[in-house]
Amino acid sequence: MKEILSMDNVSYSYDSEDEVAKKAVDGVSFTVQEDEWIAIVGHNGSGKSTLAKLMIGLLFPEEGNVNVFIEKLTEDNIWEIRSQMGFVFQNPDNQFVGSTVQDDVAFALENSGVPFEEMVTRVNDALAQVKMSDFLDQEPHHLSGGQKQRVAIAGALALHPKLLIMDEATSMLDPQGRNEVIHLVEELKRKTGLTVISITHDLEEALLADRIIVMNKGKVLTVGTPEQIFARGNELEEIGLDLPFALRVSSLLRENGMELVGEHMTEEELVNELWTSHFSK
Amino acid sequence: MDISLQQVGYLYGKDTPFEKRALQGVDATIRSGSYSAIIGHTGSGKSTLLMHLNGLLKPSEGIVKIGDTTITAGTKAKGLKEVRRHVGIVFQFPEHQLFEETVEKDIMFGPMNFGVPEEEARRRAHRLIELLGLPPEVAQQSPFDLSGGQMRRVAIAGVLAFKPSVLVLDEPTAGLDPRGRLEIMELFNRLHVEEKLTTILVTHSMEDAARYADNIIVMHNGSSVMSGTPQEVFADEKKLTSFRLGLPRSVKFQRDVEKLIGRPLQGLALTEAQLAKAIAFAAKEEGGR
Repeated sequence: MKEILSMDNVSYSYDSEDEVAKKAVDGVSFTVQEDEWIAIVGHNGSGKSTLAKLMIGLLFPEEGNVNVFIEKLTEDNIWEIRSQMGFVFQNPDNQFVGSTVQDDVAFALENSGVPFEEMVTRVNDALAQVKMSDFLDQEPHHLSGGQKQRVAIAGALALHPKLLIMDEATSMLDPQGRNEVIHLVEELKRKTGLTVISITHDLEEALLADRIIVMNKGKVLTVGTPEQIFARGNELEEIGLDLPFALRVSSLLRENGMELVGEHMTEEELVNELWTSHFSK
Repeated sequence: MDISLQQVGYLYGKDTPFEKRALQGVDATIRSGSYSAIIGHTGSGKSTLLMHLNGLLKPSEGIVKIGDTTITAGTKAKGLKEVRRHVGIVFQFPEHQLFEETVEKDIMFGPMNFGVPEEEARRRAHRLIELLGLPPEVAQQSPFDLSGGQMRRVAIAGVLAFKPSVLVLDEPTAGLDPRGRLEIMELFNRLHVEEKLTTILVTHSMEDAARYADNIIVMHNGSSVMSGTPQEVFADEKKLTSFRLGLPRSVKFQRDVEKLIGRPLQGLALTEAQLAKAIAFAAKEEGGR
């Protein structure tokens, strides 16, 4: 396995008039390996967005190091390193610059001086990957939220990034748009082995990740696979996170006196368990 | 305050080359004191409809009645100020509208614009800060120093400050984390009951519509295509699917269980608690056979 990104005892606080500035990120360490899909979850104000800004060098840590592609992120190498990362932000309307879908996807390529011929190929490939090839000449603001985020992802993919960072990329979308984007990332991950770091508070999305990092009050509360994380049910609820639907319903069923064997993350698993334990006799 | 829409149509950029129809033949009735949800796919006309509810847009066709005021294409804008005092709209991401130096001033801005004396406006601001669960010291702070969730509460207070009897909410929980979402929805539910408001919720969340509303209006391609109680609306999965809408998760899970056991569960599970009860009941019956 190859390390893609690591945080090494990173702290950051925003300038504040208070005498003791509260740390937005406080002594955070973790490592992301190549091919991984990492979900970073936490309530509003837990420090996850600050973490995102530190990863892409919009902020630099007061203490500790951020290493991307095994290189310490500094103001000198940030542009070089950033050219190998793709970003998708929360609000699809805030990240469009081109007047058509294909111009928009080409924007970053033009900036990094990719020759025209290759640019055309890359733009078409990237839009095909996100299934937006039919929209080349459409104006971005006429698209639905899910389509806009898919174009934003295409813009990131066209740069052939080694790492894709999504900061609440689905939180402003309707349920259908959210599904579109999540399934797209799932498919890209499977086909291309892209490394994905997704900052989210959608726990159903986090269920699909390889590992989940739970943030609370600027610190890493815990790291683990979705099974390991959601086994700590009540603890997650206490810090303002939600449990996946199947777990919530399981606990309500138990309150209603039903016995269930094991924990079930998805609706499908829970329906099967209900059938096996209660209805198949 | 009853609100009714009769055959309402709306065209953006009417009589220009960019003319685009957003609403057509919309009929809807919202009774005083009810909690209505307007649901529909992105682009179904929900937001355009919302702007008709306090005269921000005048219908190109048809009639909008808000209490005693009737609004048609020809209505003069001057007569609409009174309507706006009665109908408060909390827009999506309302914290983007904060602008004053302090939270107190920001909340006071609305009522003072409607002619409420300064002292009365200040009194209301302080009461609302408490009602919305904000710490009292925020009154003198800049709204821009608050967290996202707190900023949203301040913006909501700014709408409640002119004491509307109808509160229109456009995706009020967008961008909040799960706890923040639940807190805000419970807050609106409490306000609905305690302040005897007429509440209109525009939402993508079938779960919130099922849980809080007593009346649902379904929009599709600019028309109102379905309305009724949550039980009525969510019983018809086929129809909802044709409008590109899904079922609330609890109802969807109920259908999965029913498919498996080959018979219907009791009632329609609009909440997770109802779902668990219905499944436990069916399991008990099964055991007793």
